[in-house]
Amino acid sequence: MVQKLETLVETASQTAGPYVHIGLMPTYAGNAGYYDEEIGVSPIEEGCEGEIIEITGSVYDGTGWAMRDALIESWQPDAKGVFPGQEGADPKVSGHCRFAAHAETGEFTLRTVKPGKVKGRGGVVSAPHISLWVVARGINIGLQTRIYFEDEDNSSDPLLARIEQRPRVETLIAKKTGEGKYRFDIRLQGEGETVFLDI
Amino acid sequence: MSNFITTDKGPLIPRNRDAHPVAYDPGYKTSVARSPNLPLLSMESSPSEETGPTFGHGKLGALDNNLILNWTKGAAPAVGERILMHGRVLDENARPVPNTLIEIWQANAGGRYRHKKDTYLAPLDPNFGGCGRTLTDENGYYQFLTVRPGAYPWPNRGNDWRPMHIHISVYGHSFGQRLITQMYFEGDPLINHCPIAATIKNRAQLDALVAPLDLAHSRPLDYLAYKFDIVLRGRRQSMFENKLEGM
Repeated sequence: MVQKLETLVETASQTAGPYVHIGLMPTYAGNAGYYDEEIGVSPIEEGCEGEIIEITGSVYDGTGWAMRDALIESWQPDAKGVFPGQEGADPKVSGHCRFAAHAETGEFTLRTVKPGKVKGRGGVVSAPHISLWVVARGINIGLQTRIYFEDEDNSSDPLLARIEQRPRVETLIAKKTGEGKYRFDIRLQGEGETVFLDI
Repeated sequence: MSNFITTDKGPLIPRNRDAHPVAYDPGYKTSVARSPNLPLLSMESSPSEETGPTFGHGKLGALDNNLILNWTKGAAPAVGERILMHGRVLDENARPVPNTLIEIWQANAGGRYRHKKDTYLAPLDPNFGGCGRTLTDENGYYQFLTVRPGAYPWPNRGNDWRPMHIHISVYGHSFGQRLITQMYFEGDPLINHCPIAATIKNRAQLDALVAPLDLAHSRPLDYLAYKFDIVLRGRRQSMFENKLEGM
């Protein structure tokens, strides 16, 4: 016998299921007015500092089908790389958004401010990125990934540097399709599978 | 001394994936094409995972945690077995997680969701919406008043039924703690036949999703209580580690 550890084990995840939208995005689910104020409607308010961008994409399953029921959450810092809650953060950036694949087309759009570079532990600097968390029926534990931008310098980003198979880096980089517009597709499985994170 | 104190400053404790369901499980058919084939990329947490959204009481309405009344704004109660769902949110260091948002959603007493895609035979209850939310208090406690959801059949294998369950979403204080899970009910025989519950291969971890009947917190002539504690990832801090820049 040995001494007993005092740590607890994290509660096991379970799938968000097919009806996750009624809980997290009631208006999208057709239950408008359920709450006075919904969570994660927009990551920014009008008048925030920085470039406003729109990222469009789809979440594809292993057969190449654009999923109609995926729900995504995003988290990011402001244009200067300061997270909400930290000193000096832009008060018009909440940094958090919930958005869903369109029930007919499977396409999502995130309208936000382009995030700045972030300085982390030990002074390591990350290239601008938005963190994502993807849930849906059939996903047993939420999938973490990140959106980087092709028009930023990603060469010394510590996370991208750890991806051994260099072509897979591209799965995390949004492609510029126009002024302030980007495309970012997520592939859960198979050819071009997105790099998912365990951080 | 500041480096010695255990606070929310260190990296997140890496997730023990064995405590969670497997991604790919042929018994749960939808997971087959929705599970990554390639390994996840592991690394130490960064500000992106160690910070997270916060929510104030200002966003919440007075009935948000009362599912018996919130759909009708208090006009008429929902049908079903009245229950108090309550518990604590803790982290892996056994510390309470205060002021964190918990959201729940569920089927009504007949096993039907208020969702356009749910076409089960059981009728909608005009007085039940099926969603609620609340913030934990300063000691990590939360409470919901609701009705016990019914079991229902779902298209998977020929005759699969979901045990009675309530979906739960929790934030914690950092985006890397984000968790969605489901609470089951003590004594439900369907738990052992459910392919979704069975995606958790560690029996103790599945048992930890089953809320016991809690008579001590039940209210005579009103509701039964079920207790459900939730454990989120914790953070590491030793005197030998540097703090996160700028925090």
